[in-house]
Amino acid sequence: MLDFSRWKRWAISLSLLLGVLLSIPSLMGESNANKYHLGFLPRINLGLDLSGGSHLLLEADTNDVLKSRLGAMDDSIRSAMRRHDPRIDIGDISTSNGQLVFFVRDVAQVDAAVEEVRRLTNGVGTTGQRDWDVSVADSNRVIMRPTQAGLDSFVAEAMKGAVDVVRNRIDALGTREPTIVQEGSDRILVEVPGVQDPKVLKDTIGRTAKLEFKLVDINVGQAQLVQNQVPFGDEILHYENGAPIAVQRRAIISGTQLTDAKLSYDQNNLPAVSISFDTEGARRFGRVTQENVGKPFAIIVDNVVISAPTINEPILSGNAQISGGNFTVESANTLAIALKSGALPVALKVVEERTVLAQLGADSIRAGVTASVIAVVAIVLFMLVTYGRFGIYANIAVILNVFVILAVMALFHGTLTLPGIAGFVLTIGTAVDANVLINERIREERRRGRNVVQAVELGYKEASRTIFEANATHAISGFVMLIMGSGPVKGFAIVLLIGIATSVYTAVLFTRMLVAGYLRRQRPATIHI
Amino acid sequence: MRLLKLIPDDTNIDFVRLRGWAFGLTLLLSILAIGAAATRGLNLGVDFVGGLSIEARFSQPPPMEKLRATVDRLGFGNVSPQQFGDKRIVSLRLPIPKGADEGATNAEVNQVQAAVKAEFPDVQFGKTDTVSGKVSGELTTRGIIAVLLAMFAIAIWGWIRFEWQFGFSTFVAILHDVLMTLGFFAITRLEFDLTIVAAMLTIVGYSINDKIVIDDRIRENMRKYRQMDMRGIVNLSVNETLPRTVMTSLTILLALVSLRLFGGHVLRGLTEAMIVGVIVGTYSSIYVSSSLLISLGLKPQPLTAPKVKGVAEHAERVTRRETP
Repeated sequence: MLDFSRWKRWAISLSLLLGVLLSIPSLMGESNANKYHLGFLPRINLGLDLSGGSHLLLEADTNDVLKSRLGAMDDSIRSAMRRHDPRIDIGDISTSNGQLVFFVRDVAQVDAAVEEVRRLTNGVGTTGQRDWDVSVADSNRVIMRPTQAGLDSFVAEAMKGAVDVVRNRIDALGTREPTIVQEGSDRILVEVPGVQDPKVLKDTIGRTAKLEFKLVDINVGQAQLVQNQVPFGDEILHYENGAPIAVQRRAIISGTQLTDAKLSYDQNNLPAVSISFDTEGARRFGRVTQENVGKPFAIIVDNVVISAPTINEPILSGNAQISGGNFTVESANTLAIALKSGALPVALKVVEERTVLAQLGADSIRAGVTASVIAVVAIVLFMLVTYGRFGIYANIAVILNVFVILAVMALFHGTLTLPGIAGFVLTIGTAVDANVLINERIREERRRGRNVVQAVELGYKEASRTIFEANATHAISGFVMLIMGSGPVKGFAIVLLIGIATSVYTAVLFTRMLVAGYLRRQRPATIHI
Repeated sequence: MRLLKLIPDDTNIDFVRLRGWAFGLTLLLSILAIGAAATRGLNLGVDFVGGLSIEARFSQPPPMEKLRATVDRLGFGNVSPQQFGDKRIVSLRLPIPKGADEGATNAEVNQVQAAVKAEFPDVQFGKTDTVSGKVSGELTTRGIIAVLLAMFAIAIWGWIRFEWQFGFSTFVAILHDVLMTLGFFAITRLEFDLTIVAAMLTIVGYSINDKIVIDDRIRENMRKYRQMDMRGIVNLSVNETLPRTVMTSLTILLALVSLRLFGGHVLRGLTEAMIVGVIVGTYSSIYVSSSLLISLGLKPQPLTAPKVKGVAEHAERVTRRETP
């Protein structure tokens, strides 16, 4: 147990030296590391509870996905039936209860209609299943219902788009190093360090930002509006203040045809949003405005009417301005960002938010460092007065262990959280346990009358077994935390597990090397322990 | 230099003789802990019941009644402002809005913060947590599963590496430790949140660590002294490992106490839970788990028995000398 070949001594010493060196960039902090040209070295990331920032868990409204799919299918069916030769007359399309139902007026055309509709469905997965289930009831009623596989694929597709949209919006806010990842099938985790006002963040990423221009039906009177009775093909929408307005159901143009949106000011110098359409959108907007000069159209964002200006002249340039809403500079800006990044394919809700002020994070770091230093000093003194020379060896091991844990965390780009600091302090406490076990065992063996070398040898041998058993069980609970835990529990577990691994290395192997060197050089007849 | 020895050499305390008393005391305390948890319940944080929690920092200690009225006026339910050690830091907690959808909890935050800011312009919001009902339900399930899984996994490990009696006795002892910690939280009304789950799992890990060291020594002594009765072996093993048990508990307590005193109020619950856990864990190592082995009928193997598994099967046998 006490033989260490030359290369083994070198290997152990160099690995620990490397550990100390690699921990330096993390200890210096980002700005200092860059100053001394060490910015390329791996560093520990600070968790949001230490750096300050926002953690948001967004959940997709899967009903919303279904609703928009049903709406899109509604449009596709109408145009498919219109294009069919001969034209298929259908009626009473309804999209409620998660299914789409329509009647075919001429029973003879039902088969042709079903065939057209089938063509609109797609295969999903490898089983050859379709995304929609088509059936006929009462001889001329066609029912379409999405299959489970279809629903899953709709949600998956919407989520993929949603993650991109959220990323674009957060990038546009100019925050640095955000984390945006999908969690499970219908959630997105957003972590943005250093945000002072999470409200702006939530307003920007949380809104669907579905922009539509719809013609206002000027024939609908106030009385009809109040009674909620509008002609077929119309719908009633509301202004922000709740006032109703009747518009045509069909949008003349939508946000998907936008190329740009930015904050601007209207003729009264009030905040507004300037938008530009792509070529296709510009042509269409030009045609519609040409045909409807003198009539009002409604600018609608997320089903709320912002304003309903009258078309004074045809707009052919493809540029327009959304004004007249009660915009502040901030709200106009978030709307511009949201519009430019495209509409969210699915509505997102914030189901969990954790925001920490940067100042509180800084306080926590300071408190954590103070506690760690005091813990180390207290333990070092305690070990010194209890085990003398062997205590010094254990202390060197504990202090090296602190650096090595930091280095390993940096190598894995680990994140240090506040519970992580607690795990760190606890690890310092448990790390000396290995040395306590060894030293107590050496004391025992000495008392039984063994000579120095035998006692040390047996002390390390017997204690190593116990240390292995004890750390293995400790590691089991660490792994359970890592796998099952969320947030703070995970941060704690990572430090604990790394600490268990490195402390065995430093407390057992490294101190054994030191003790072996001492015994070889001095050949003491007796030891104080 | 004279070195410190907390525990004199070769102690010979008859821990086994005390086990009747210890079992009684343990049982009584466990019942008290369960009773406290059952009747008073735990002060569960937003992580587990949902709702919102805001830590507001003022430049002066705020008038609490005015603050309460400001938030109550919004009609989100009863707010319970709570001051920490520093009177300028106030924690506000509100329940999940009734019958609302999953995103509603979060929507409340903006209104609460705006209302407080209007009354107290100097306020800063240090920490804001909102958790919807669905997410808090998931966190609760995962937390409970994590603690149970850790306990069972470790008991099974003890069973595989040692004998089934070891696995069972450690399981009982950890159960005791977990119950005591829960009881502590029920009595003190400290907020029970996610970090406390981390603390519980650490207590489980630490407590096991402690018991494995003693169990390992018992296993070793069972092979060394095949003629000794189980009471003798357990007593000898607990006494032999006593200096280590006390030393390690003390170093860990040193670390935890410094964390409690200097680590800031955010870690308060975590460290207090662990301090309690280390104390009850040490107690149960000495008095509960090892003594239970005798009651479970564990006996040294006769010499003819097949070899036992384990790393130390070739361990040298030594006879105990009288110390001069």
